Amino acid sequence: MVDDLEETVTETDESGEDEPETDGGVRAYTVRLELVDEPGELLRALEPIANNGGNLLSIHHERGNMTPRGHIPVEVDLESPPDRFDDIVGALRDAGVNVIQAGAEHYGEEISVVLVGQLVESDLSDTLSRIETEIDAVVLDLSLSAPEGTKAVSSARVRLAIDSGRSDEALAAIRAIGSEKELTVVEPLLGGDVP
Amino acid sequence: MKLAVLGAGDVGRSVTDLAGEYGHDVVALADSSSAVIDPAGIDVERALERKVGGDPVGTADPESVFDADYDVLVEATPTTLDDAEPGFSHVRRALEADRHAVLANKGPVAERYDELRTLAADSRGSIRFEATVGGAIPILSTIEDETPQAVTAVRGVLNGTANFILTRMAAEGLDYEHVLAEAQDLGVAEADPTFDVDGTDAALKFVILANVLADGGFSLSDATVEGIQNIPGSALDLAAEDGRTIRLIGEASREGVRVGPRLVPENGALAVTGTRNIVQIETKHAGSLHNSGRGAGGPETATAVLSDVGRLAEL
Repeated sequence: MVDDLEETVTETDESGEDEPETDGGVRAYTVRLELVDEPGELLRALEPIANNGGNLLSIHHERGNMTPRGHIPVEVDLESPPDRFDDIVGALRDAGVNVIQAGAEHYGEEISVVLVGQLVESDLSDTLSRIETEIDAVVLDLSLSAPEGTKAVSSARVRLAIDSGRSDEALAAIRAIGSEKELTVVEPLLGGDVP
Repeated sequence: MKLAVLGAGDVGRSVTDLAGEYGHDVVALADSSSAVIDPAGIDVERALERKVGGDPVGTADPESVFDADYDVLVEATPTTLDDAEPGFSHVRRALEADRHAVLANKGPVAERYDELRTLAADSRGSIRFEATVGGAIPILSTIEDETPQAVTAVRGVLNGTANFILTRMAAEGLDYEHVLAEAQDLGVAEADPTFDVDGTDAALKFVILANVLADGGFSLSDATVEGIQNIPGSALDLAAEDGRTIRLIGEASREGVRVGPRLVPENGALAVTGTRNIVQIETKHAGSLHNSGRGAGGPETATAVLSDVGRLAEL
């Protein structure tokens, strides 16, 4: 074990020398971990982050919220130079920490969709709260247009904050909710040069 | 090249009319009931006059076109779905006789692509079908030049009728039914606009694109298709408040085909207005290319047919 550790340290030093210096640019990242409910676990999980150049921004430690396997979900927001982030995740995994998700910035992306149909009859507030819970999104704003009254077909534009890199997943979930409630979902076109 | 033109609608007539300008001879022209055949080149003007005047194009049996001495069969009969007949059999017969076939008919290329490729592989003739996707716009030849392997996806607007309706709804604040009636008065929409507004026409074109990218494997039933009939003016208003608009957008990649109303930036490249069409060709090494222009019409589509003819090898 001791030998292993020394080797790891040496390797890190060497690669550190070879790496070009960053220009100080940092990005925000969110890492989701699952910790065993034992004293000292949280500190053990945070050390590899600090040791690899990460700057802790916030820690969500949901002690009351156990996973089915009896672990405690922890969400860590941190900043690091983009080229060091993989090292941080690697170091966490080397330290035996269970990394559930890494890289996606929490609520780092915005998407807008337009919903069309019997919005009021199909319970708009239920639609929105299902979108929020099922895709872990936050509704940033909502514009409703019902020129023929709330009993007729109306439209709503919903702006959502979602985790970066998860827009395809989020749109698929909104599509499913829409088809269940017989709503037309007008999705943004993603991909290519389209902003 | 000696052309045999099947179908005497807008496209077939325009091909016949313009062929001479491109240095080709039309040796046969047929619609579903009659044909005119002349090994020295048909009298184009008289044949077109007869057709437009409501008379038979000629006195010959349409069946006899296949016995004529032609190099290229131009398949410009109306698009049909599922078995894509009679268009598919027309192309099959040309290929089995070791002639080339150029299609303006989307049916066979969208519904039976793999069978067409097999027939072409066993023939000295080959098939081309630029006119099936985006009328006058060189889309398939652009993909061919980039090589299909280097193209990751194609997205855009390939139905002028639906685009016209959405443009007018957004600009005038009118509802769908009103604008559709206006489009029919202007001749932009057909009396039965179903295939244009329910996304089927656009889907056929994107299925063809997916077949080209993936070297086959797709038909209309593989596409996820939604139309614009359910889009009210209020949805376009809300989109505009946010600097966006709604367009009937298709997407083709090796993974699949999808057509539906989508939010796009109001001033973005894909938000073309009126009956104009556009595609964005996403490449591996060269970013995105945008090809835009007239996606329908007799002379426009005929130029794509005749460009294809120009790319064929001598038999």
